[in-house]
Amino acid sequence: MNFLTSVIVSLIAVGAVLVVGTIGGAVPALHPLFGVVIPLLALAVFILGFIWKVLSWAKSPVPFSIATTCGQQKSLPWIKPDKLENPSSKWHVVGRMALEILTFRSLFRNTKMQLDSQGPRIAYGWELWLWVAALAFHYAFLTVVIRHLRFFLEPIPAPIQLLDALDGFLQIGLPGIIISGFVLFGAAGYLLFRRLAVSNVRYISLPADYFPLFLILSIAGTGLIMRYVVHVDIVAIRELTLGLASLHPSVPEGIGIFFFIHLFLVSVLLAYFPFSKLMHLGGIFMSPTRNLRGNSREFHHVNPWNPEVHLHTYEEYEDEFRDRMIEAGLPVDKMPADAADSAEKE
Amino acid sequence: MADEVPKSQEMIRIDHNPPATGWMDTPTVIRKGMYCYAAKPQSVEYVGMPNPHKWNPEEEDWGLPENWVEIIVDGLRDRLDRFRSLKIFMDTCVRCGACADKCHYFIGTGDPKNMPVLRAELLRSVYRKDYTLAGKLMGKMVGARKLTLPVLKEWWYYFFQCSECRRCSVFCPYGIDTAEITMIARELLNLLGLNIDWIATPVANCYRTGNHLGIQPHAFKDMLDFFVDEIEDVTGVRVKPNFNRKGAEILFITPSGDVFGDPGTYTAMGYLILFHYLESMGLDITWSTYASEGGNFGSFTSNEMMKRLNSKMYAEAKRLGVKWILGGECGHMWRVIHQYMSTMNGPSDFLEQPVNPITGTKFENAKSNKMVHITEFTADLIKHNKLNLDKSRNDHLRLTFHDSCNPSRGMGLLEEPRYIINKTCNHFYEMPPNTIREQTFCCGSGSGLNAGENLELRFRGGLPRANAVRHVHEKHGVNMLACVCAIDRAALPPLMDYWVPGVGVTGVHELVGNALVLDGEKKRTTDLRGEDLPGMEDEG
Amino acid sequence: MKIYDLGKVTVGLVIFFLVFTFPLYYNMGKATPPPEPNIQTEAIAAMSEPVCVENTEYMRANHMKLLNEWRTSVVRNSNRAYPAFTGVRYEMSLSNTCMECHSNKEKFCDSCHNYAGVSPYCWECHLQPKEMK
Repeated sequence: MNFLTSVIVSLIAVGAVLVVGTIGGAVPALHPLFGVVIPLLALAVFILGFIWKVLSWAKSPVPFSIATTCGQQKSLPWIKPDKLENPSSKWHVVGRMALEILTFRSLFRNTKMQLDSQGPRIAYGWELWLWVAALAFHYAFLTVVIRHLRFFLEPIPAPIQLLDALDGFLQIGLPGIIISGFVLFGAAGYLLFRRLAVSNVRYISLPADYFPLFLILSIAGTGLIMRYVVHVDIVAIRELTLGLASLHPSVPEGIGIFFFIHLFLVSVLLAYFPFSKLMHLGGIFMSPTRNLRGNSREFHHVNPWNPEVHLHTYEEYEDEFRDRMIEAGLPVDKMPADAADSAEKE
Repeated sequence: MADEVPKSQEMIRIDHNPPATGWMDTPTVIRKGMYCYAAKPQSVEYVGMPNPHKWNPEEEDWGLPENWVEIIVDGLRDRLDRFRSLKIFMDTCVRCGACADKCHYFIGTGDPKNMPVLRAELLRSVYRKDYTLAGKLMGKMVGARKLTLPVLKEWWYYFFQCSECRRCSVFCPYGIDTAEITMIARELLNLLGLNIDWIATPVANCYRTGNHLGIQPHAFKDMLDFFVDEIEDVTGVRVKPNFNRKGAEILFITPSGDVFGDPGTYTAMGYLILFHYLESMGLDITWSTYASEGGNFGSFTSNEMMKRLNSKMYAEAKRLGVKWILGGECGHMWRVIHQYMSTMNGPSDFLEQPVNPITGTKFENAKSNKMVHITEFTADLIKHNKLNLDKSRNDHLRLTFHDSCNPSRGMGLLEEPRYIINKTCNHFYEMPPNTIREQTFCCGSGSGLNAGENLELRFRGGLPRANAVRHVHEKHGVNMLACVCAIDRAALPPLMDYWVPGVGVTGVHELVGNALVLDGEKKRTTDLRGEDLPGMEDEG
Repeated sequence: MKIYDLGKVTVGLVIFFLVFTFPLYYNMGKATPPPEPNIQTEAIAAMSEPVCVENTEYMRANHMKLLNEWRTSVVRNSNRAYPAFTGVRYEMSLSNTCMECHSNKEKFCDSCHNYAGVSPYCWECHLQPKEMK
């Protein structure tokens, strides 16, 4: 499937979500469905689906200790081991995983290869934009999610109020500009741009890559619109969201249509999550090349299905080569006469 | 053979832009020079692997059993149930493309299916079709496709264009390891008898004779005896290796490549010289003809085959009653020993925690599997001032060091060989940082791909490594590439001749052998290769 | 069904579950009634028909934007006249116009602001009106 088809298919899919959301917002009779039933179902699918997927991974064992070692091993006492890149204790592993999960350590290494066929010379430059965009994207998303907790918690905890204040510290305009929303939109936009602009990344991209990007861009877009362009009645929205979170659903009147579009997009994202590549959220914790220790000669790793296999024993070997071994002066376990004896007994 | 390989000026013209057609719609053409010959049925049969048959990759009919699709689908299910790694690696890739230009085969060929992400997608697409709901319902939309004969052939072609070097896995934000995917894909191909001969025959040889080259016990001894003569010519000292000796303290195992082909043979001489030097200081070591292979081409076949070949090491150690095992310089051998051996064939409670008999150093890092790398052993000796080394005897060499894939990314053996090089040589220059240590590039011939018929693939895959050598060759006049891997020692010399003429290849213990001053030796006028030492020329 | 690394996986999944269901147990399932901004002040009671500068629905969603525009208009352009949707012209002034009718800040402004967790910075410059009981 070429990239244009992939992009169009994904656009159509997200377009359909937008249309359905719009209908849900435009027809008041559908408000309970789109405001309460679908979001709660989507959350249930997300949570149960996520758990199901992780358990399906956990059903398979990790037969071998296959850490990718990215630094000096622990060997002789005077050679300094690289504890975070080649962990030899549980705590080193925790450190390595924390770096990977919180700072995207591996992506930070990213290089870009450039071939100059005249030299010929191949150069590898440090290529940080993917890391910057990925980190910005994920942290902005996290901030946005945490900030949205204000809609779901009563009373609103002080840390969330504080985060809000930090996020809006620019105090530009009214309602004040909140940085995370724009960063999220911008970073997702860059990731999309990169996917389309870099020929090799475009070549490997599937509709399953464009769809979540378009979906997230739409979510961020409708959010920004509601905050800065078409204002919605926040108090009414909070009544609905708080109703969801306390399982006392209520659907007040007068909530803008954009809210329903926004909420439906989020519901689709939640329900789509466990069945998609977005499960890298769970997968990274369970990646055997990262979460195992590198000192696999120091401890014994058990394979629960360690197979019984047929081995070619020394006895079989000596039986085949005994005469030549004796001739060459190599020691043997049995002299030819003994070997013949035991062969008879068998 | 060699005349079929394109000239380097031609080969360097590499287009890294993908074709206009999507990859699923771009048929794979199996091209001469890029693949290895099919496994001979006798070799497959000897070790009891499935479907031994004669076939030719360039022919239409690959002689597959009727139910081959079922065999693969069941085989994949079985492996998903046994390897969590496979499940995670199938499910979590976001196709960010960070791995794309990290693969030496992609850099050297520009073939998009050599991007690690796409190599994995070859398998992932079939996984999605058969094992995910989305794939079943939406097919191509979510990157799923049916397993057909062209898909299988594509698997074979590209999973034998991966050297399991793990470089991509260093850069992947989820640690997705293409080596793991390739190993499992090759297991699947082996269910249909679709191995390559350069792997299958060494496996059969190793199973029977104890080493990949099929050297029988008496011939193995003959070859070492030949080295003994050579060493005597150079040093005037006669070393005395012993074989299969019960009651020795240490068993020594090294890849048979070092016993068979230059320049590995000089590394083997280095071992012999070192052991002789240490003998009077209390080293009690023996070689085995039964476990006469450090390498493990079984690991390029299936985990079961890897276990079968590897089992000889502990079995022989037990039979001889040694305390621990010392391992020679080899790449994938050390991945197997470090990450698989104890799990497969241990725990090795019949052995003792390795202790260096000369220095008393306890090798804490090998206390479970009881196997020590020779560069750990030698570095420890040098650190304790146990070796009398004359560095100047390596002054004719200007060295750089090639980290082999497996010791760096499947073990972390980075400083030990460098320490030894620095203590045995005066002229050492590192290649650029993005091409060494954990970011090192493969020789282009790893994982059983060092055959004669796929030279083009090897030279293309070796381009990034060669290019980095070229850099230090031009900048520092480097004329010798050191390494700790037997496949490197076999594969790098032709690679250097092709891309960087004028650079030789050496094992680290060849350098030790040259520098080590033996008791009662004569004035050395040549190195172990018989090449004149500048300023020391034989006056006679 | 055998689960490997059951302990670690369980801990991870429990954390995941607790994080994503946090609002459910934080609110303890108790419903919080939405605020009803109080418009019972003397000034409003005195009007024959209670009317603001724009209609209620607009004001609920956009009052902050309106106030911001007022501020710009007054401070930058010295224009203090605001033509309301009724045609009446009002003085653009939070303290004098808005608070004249909505003199009950606590029961009017704060009831929603507290509920929605927003803290407008009106009163960083403007003097807070004394509450009239």
